[in-house]
This record gives sequence, structure tokens and C-alpha cells, in this order.
Amino acid sequence: MATLELRNVNKTYGSGLPDTLKNIELKIGSGEFLILVGPSGCGKSTLMNCIAGLEQISGGAILVDDADISGMSPKDRDIAMVFQSYALYPTMNVRDNIAFGLKIRKMTPAAIDEEVARVAKLLQIEHLLGRKPGQLSGGQQQRVAMGRALARRPRIYLFDEPLSNLDAKLRVEMRTEIKLMHQRLKTTTVYVTHDQIEAMTLGDKVAVMKDGLIQQFGTPQQIYNDPANLFVASFIGSPPMNFIPLRLQRQEGRLLALLDSGQGRCELPLGTGEAGLEAREVILGIRPEQISLAGVEGNGLPSIRAQVQVTEPTGPDTLVFVTLNQTKVCCRLAPEFAPQVGESLSLQFDPARVLLFDAETGERLGRGRAPLDTVGTDNIAQFRGR
Amino acid sequence: MSTIAVLNKASPLDALQRWLPRLVLAPSMLIVLVGFYGYILWTFVLSFTNSSFMPSYKWVGLAQYARLMDNDRWWVASKNLLLFGGMFIGISLVVGVLLAVLLDQRIRREGFIRTVYLYPMALSMIVTGTAWKWLLNPGLGLDKMLRDWGWEGFRLDWLVDPDRVVYCLVIAAVWQASGFVMALFLAGLRGVDPSIIRAAQVDGASLPTIYLRIVLPSLRPVFFSALMILAHIAIKSFDLVAAMTAGGPGYASDLPAMFMYSFTFSRGQMGMGSASAILMLGAILAILVPYLYSELRSKRHE
Amino acid sequence: MSSSLAARRPSLSRLAVYATLIAACLVYLVPLIVMLLTSFKSPDDIRTGNLLSWPEVITGIGWVKAWDAVGGYFWNSVKITVPAVLISTLVGALNGYVLSMWRFRGSQLFFGLLLFGCFLPFQTVLLPASFTLGKLGLASTTTGLVLVHIVYGLAFTTLFFRNYYTSVPQALVQAARLDGAGFFTIFGRILLPMSIPIIMVCLIWQFTQIWNDFLFGVVFASGDAQPITVALNNLVNTSTGAKEYNVDMAAAMIAGLPTLLVYVLAGKYFLRGLTAGAVKG
Repeated sequence: MATLELRNVNKTYGSGLPDTLKNIELKIGSGEFLILVGPSGCGKSTLMNCIAGLEQISGGAILVDDADISGMSPKDRDIAMVFQSYALYPTMNVRDNIAFGLKIRKMTPAAIDEEVARVAKLLQIEHLLGRKPGQLSGGQQQRVAMGRALARRPRIYLFDEPLSNLDAKLRVEMRTEIKLMHQRLKTTTVYVTHDQIEAMTLGDKVAVMKDGLIQQFGTPQQIYNDPANLFVASFIGSPPMNFIPLRLQRQEGRLLALLDSGQGRCELPLGTGEAGLEAREVILGIRPEQISLAGVEGNGLPSIRAQVQVTEPTGPDTLVFVTLNQTKVCCRLAPEFAPQVGESLSLQFDPARVLLFDAETGERLGRGRAPLDTVGTDNIAQFRGR
Repeated sequence: MSTIAVLNKASPLDALQRWLPRLVLAPSMLIVLVGFYGYILWTFVLSFTNSSFMPSYKWVGLAQYARLMDNDRWWVASKNLLLFGGMFIGISLVVGVLLAVLLDQRIRREGFIRTVYLYPMALSMIVTGTAWKWLLNPGLGLDKMLRDWGWEGFRLDWLVDPDRVVYCLVIAAVWQASGFVMALFLAGLRGVDPSIIRAAQVDGASLPTIYLRIVLPSLRPVFFSALMILAHIAIKSFDLVAAMTAGGPGYASDLPAMFMYSFTFSRGQMGMGSASAILMLGAILAILVPYLYSELRSKRHE
Repeated sequence: MSSSLAARRPSLSRLAVYATLIAACLVYLVPLIVMLLTSFKSPDDIRTGNLLSWPEVITGIGWVKAWDAVGGYFWNSVKITVPAVLISTLVGALNGYVLSMWRFRGSQLFFGLLLFGCFLPFQTVLLPASFTLGKLGLASTTTGLVLVHIVYGLAFTTLFFRNYYTSVPQALVQAARLDGAGFFTIFGRILLPMSIPIIMVCLIWQFTQIWNDFLFGVVFASGDAQPITVALNNLVNTSTGAKEYNVDMAAAMIAGLPTLLVYVLAGKYFLRGLTAGAVKG
């Protein structure tokens, strides 16, 4: 178990080429589970390879337990990795795959046997020890790959998209299993994925990456509820957050977002905000589950009538699509209230949960004071009481 | 922290590990630079000198190339190469494609038949040449056999006929290489998406039409690789001539490779021999460069 | 792609297909049959019979004389081929390993330069190579031929292994590095054990190439160091004395048997080598 810190890490493949990693700053405590998430090509796998020592960094430092390891060769870093393709040695059986690293490290045969047995029991692969990787199913190979990493008892585990080659059902199973394993072993872990559900469910900390930059680093809840910019907001969450481009208006000193469904209009009060905000193009972001059916008696939240265009029942929820300000907007409703296509609904929004982004830069406006200054989470009660 | 500082922290053993790949490749790099490109350059230089039995470095400019152009035997060899190469490539392709298409019709004992077609490729051109020299022997070979079998008027004396001796080389070379063309195309045919054929059948196309209009055109890349290899064999072929005709009668069946060998090593005309080798290289490049160019371009388009 | 339509076509065309294929089989086999028949005939028999007539008396005299004439050179070929094949395959494997798993700046350029060696007309290097062998004191020795075959075989052996290892996931090497294995451990323990097919392809390709070589043999070796192809050619093309075709054919069979045997025993790898060489070579 160890802490991991990345200080201003840079990586470039040549002077003419764009940087693959730009000023990466991260720090996780001992036993924490860090997720690196982002679209393909964002640099997350490169960053992982740099931590493992498979690639050299061009600048900065990688510290494990406050000691710089960035000049060390991979074998001296005491880090184990689980690969997307599993990378099991095809000519060796499962036992030898797990034992390979131990043999190289000159452990005694007795100690190796003991370690292999421990890992095999932990992962329930005892019956597979004599088999070659080619005779195993995808899920079994996955277990063996994890076993190989566990056997070394390294200071840090690295997982490089370990579940992406599994089918959907197995992926969910293994996800839970990895989480259980981590809760049990409490080893510092870095886990790369492009799957935002894995990011949300597994991580203690999540770093969302794009174009070699960390867009946001925080707990899953922070990333989800308080995204730093449009990219993070759009990347995390399924179905994704709705984005409605509009221009704010100012009435009596307060900013208002005007929504128009063709069947009705409503105003979302967004607080005072900074001066000049009303002249700017902004993007209003609202998650599908934060749009609800307006109750009969009403609870004071702004509501709007809109016509249902498509419904997608997913089982636990029904996704209902309506048009607001010429933008398709997804609402996540309980199936028992699921409307018919063409039906007219009354939808309500909680202005406190609405996010605003700068249309040009994608940066969050009024971050941490959702959505703008005067209307924060504390104000909801006040709203309700009105 | 700079990269240099990071590197400095590596132990000497790690540094060695880092340089090992380069060290391992170094001897081969040296061999390629010297043994391939250095030697080509050397030969190139020799072709501008008056080297005869021994290398000399007296510069004579393009004189050796001029002598080569005036040399009747060189022209015979070059024309023979065009004739031999053209016929060898053309016939091998036709035979190879035909056999591949026929073999692709769910043939019983296909494996055995394929083995038979391909075995000549395992033989040395010297063995092939020896065998065909005997088969084409005027008086004792096929010539006599067909007469014995009742074809009284049959004559086959191409091996000693200056006008026809090149055909003997063509026959032997086709026998050796056409099975290989068959194997290439058969592999290509097996890679064609069967649903394309089914779609064409649904459209009402007949089997020959399907092959001619849909399947074979889709094997263009196979066709070009086969063409490349056959052209390469043709330009380099030396053993076959040496074994079958030694360039004879006279120099009627000479090929550039044979010409280069005899002028350089038997007749003590190193300068002119080198010039002919450089021209052979030019011929290979003339085929190779457009091929590689189109290969690279098509790859970029993918 | 086998067409189901073919199966339902009239049996006449099916018959024609088989007839053509079998006729072609005979054409390909006739030279081999003729060689075998002739090698077991007596010279008189050869003159009175014809190519495909059965020997009046089967005699091994042709084979005995042929072995006397070329047997020594057969062993020369063995002495040249075995070390040249093994060394060029090993070096090719190491080169391919570096070029696919340990790329560095310039390694791709080197591969491109090497690849050209597959097309190189050897005529352009014969003279400098013979000067070099002379300087090294290796002219007209089997050792010299071993060296030449290693050098000019590298292009193909490297190509084989490089292309094979390119399809091996890089993660395998990365996993082994994290397990603590070094350059040679990874090569020996991980990659070589999974390279059996390409090793076979490479060994067989190099074996046929080097055994069947004539150009290097005739240029760089003379007298006692000649390989069997050169000896066979000398035997067949000497104009002195009466031609003994049975001896010629037996000698040709002796020269051809090793590669034929390899082809029959490991035809799968032979074909794969040919087509692998064809794709890029």
C-alpha cells in the first residue's frame, strides 16, 4: 500500500508533435482507488504506461510514498498491471503465468507454490491452474490476469480497461468483484476506463481526461454533481445531460432562462450572476432525472407543458423525449407515469440543480454556487417555502 | 525536473537494458549498410572504371555503358529477357489462375493435387534445368517418345534451335513457378467473401461470369504480388539458363544475369559486367518503385 | 470460396474440371517420373527405349556413379546449409523481435532499407562480396558461403519474424517487463516458445533457398568447396566423354531429394513461407 502522486507530468513523442500529456497533477492516498476516464486518445493509457514505467515521461515526477520513481525501470517500481487484452503468456499454463514474475524475482519454489495457491483461492481459479490461456473463457482469462497481478503483492495495481473485452453481463459481475477485491485488499489502485459507469461505481477518486489534460479531478459525486465544464458534464452520466443553448435575460436584476416547448413557456430563475452575463450565449445543462412530472398540487418549482415525441422504456425508467428551445431533451420518468407519444405533459425543473456553461469555452459558469450566486442548494427550502 | 535528470538516476544495468535493442540490431544494420548499399555503390563505381580481370579505379565515365549498348550479345540478352519474361509471366499467370479456379470447385483430394502442382517450387532451378534439358533432348527426349508412340512426323529440337531455344526456358520456368501462382490465387479465392458470390447468384449471374467479372477483379492485389514475384524471378534467373543451355546455342538464349556472370567472371570484363548489373538493378527498381508507390498510396487511402 | 452452384451444375462440366486437373497433375509429375525412370536405366536402355518406357533391367549403377561424382559436394551443401540456416534464422528472430517490440527512432527506416534486400538482384553485390571474401581469406571456402548466405538471407528471415511478432500484442512484453523480465528473458521465455510456426517457416524457407542456391556457389566457391548444385551443373554440362543420362538424372535426384523431402514432410510451412515472402517480398 502506498500513496501515489503525479507532479506536473508531461509526455511528448517529439518536438514537432502535440504533447500527449500536459501538466498532469494528481495525488491519491494509500489504499485509494483512482479512475482515469476519458474518450480514446485522451492520454489515459499513456499516463498509465508512464506510471508503470513502460514509457518514459518527458518532464515532471511520479512519486510513490513520496519517493520519485520516474527514472526507475518497470521491474523496480513494484507495480503490477492488468491489461485490456489480459496479455497472458500463451505458452504457459495458468500456474506458470502467475508464478512467472515470482520466479524472475528469485522466490523459492515453496514460497511460489504458496503464493500461487493463495491467489488461486482468492480468485477461485484453483481448478484452472493446469490449463493454457487458450483453453479459458474471457472471464477466466480476466481472473488469471488479475491473479498474476495479485501474486506479486505490489504497492500499486494498475488496471488498463480490464473489462472492455468482456460481454455486458460478465462485465457487471467482474466490476463488482474488483470492487470487493479492493475493499478486502485495500491496495492503491489506478484504473483506466472509457466507461463512465465503471468510473462512477468503482472509484474513490476520478480524473476525467481529454486531450492530454485532466479536466476534473474529484470524487465521483463531485464529478457528477459539480462538473467543471461541458465536456465532463457530457461525458459522465447515462443518458447524458441535456444541453440547451440559450441567451439569459435579466429582469429586475435577476437572471432568467427562458424555455419554450411550443406548447408553453417557463422561466427558470437563476440568481443575480455577474454583470453582462445576460448578453452572452450560454448552455443550460440539466440531467434527465432532474426533470420530473409536475404534481397536481404543484410545489412551487417552475413547470412547462410539452408534447411527447418519443418514449424509450428501459425497464426501471422510461426515457421521454420532448423539444425545448428547438433542442431534443430527455427526461427520465418512472415507468408507471409513462405517457403516450403525442401526449402533452407538464414537466418541472429544479432551478437549483441546473448548470450553466459558457457556450464558447465550455467552462462552467458560477461553479460551486449552483447554478449562480444566489440560488444554491441552501436556497431550495427557501424556494419551496415561497 | 528535466529528462536528463530522470535518465541519470537509472542504474548502469538499466542503461544497458535500454540500449540492448540497439546493440542487438547493430550488427545487422552494419551488414545492411555495407553488404547491401555499400556494395551496390561499389559496383556502381566499378561500372565507371576500366576494370578488367582485376578491379582498377581508372575513371572512364560512361564508356562501359556505351560498350554495353554496342554489344550485340547484351541486346540479345535483353530482348530474350523481354520475350522470356513476358511469356513466362503471362503463361504462369494464366495457368495458375485457371488451376486455382478449378481447384476452388470443392474438389476431392484437393490437398494432394495442390501438393503435386507446387512441388517443383521446392526444387533448385539447376535440377529443373537438368530435368527439362533431358526431356527436351532432341533425339532422345519427348522428341523420340512421341515418335515411338506413333506420331511419326513429330520433331522437337528447340533446345538447339537459336530461334526457339528461349521457349525451352519458358517451358521449364512455367513448370516450376505456375503451381506457386496457383497457390497464391487459391489463398486469395478462399479469402473472397462468399456473400458476394451469393449476391451475384441471386442476381442471376452464371458461374464463369461471377469469376470473370466479380471474383478475379477483386483479387487485383494478389495479381500484382504474383506479377512482382514472377518478374523478379525472370530478371534474376541465371541458374535455369546455366543448367539448360549455358546461354547457347552461341548466345541465343543469353539472359542479362547470365551475361553479367560470364563477362564479369569468365571474360575478365568487370567494368562492363558491373554496368550490366547496375542496369539489372534499374530494371528491378523500374518495376518495384511504382508497385511500392501504389501499395503505400492504397494503404494511406484505407 | 467454394460455390454451392458448382455442385448442382451438370456432371459433364464437373467431369471436365476433374479431367483438366488430373491432366495438369500428370504434366507436373512427368518430369519427376522421367527422372526416376531414367536414373534406373542402363545407357543402352536409354538409347533404345523412350522417356516413359519401363527399364528393361532396373539398375542402380547410375545412382552409384552419381554419388561418386557429387556425394562429396552433397556434404559440402550440408556443411553450408545447416549453419547458415540456423544462424540466419536466429539473427532474423532477434531482429524481428527488436523491430516489432522495441522500436526506436530509426528502426523503421532500417526495416525499410532491409526490406529492399528481398528484391536486391545479387548481381549488384557479387564483385564487392568476392573482394571482401578474398580479403578475409574465405574465398573458395564453405565458411565464406555460410557467411554470404547469412548476410543475404537476413532480409527474409527478419521479415518473417518481424511480421509474425507484429501480430503479437505488445502488452505481452509489457506484462513481462512488469514481472521483472529483461530483454533476453522475454525473448527466450515468452516469445520464442510461441514462435514455433514461424521458426518452421523460416527454417524451411532458408533451407530451400540455400540448398538450391547456384549463383553464390558458382561465384564464391570453386573446386572442393562447391555446393551440390554447382557440382551437378558441372556434371551435366561437361562435354567430355559419352553422356550418361542415367547418372545425370540420379545426380539431379540426389540434389533435389532433400528439399523435396522437406516439402513433402512440411508442405504447410513451405507454402506459408512462400506466401509470407510474397506478401511483402
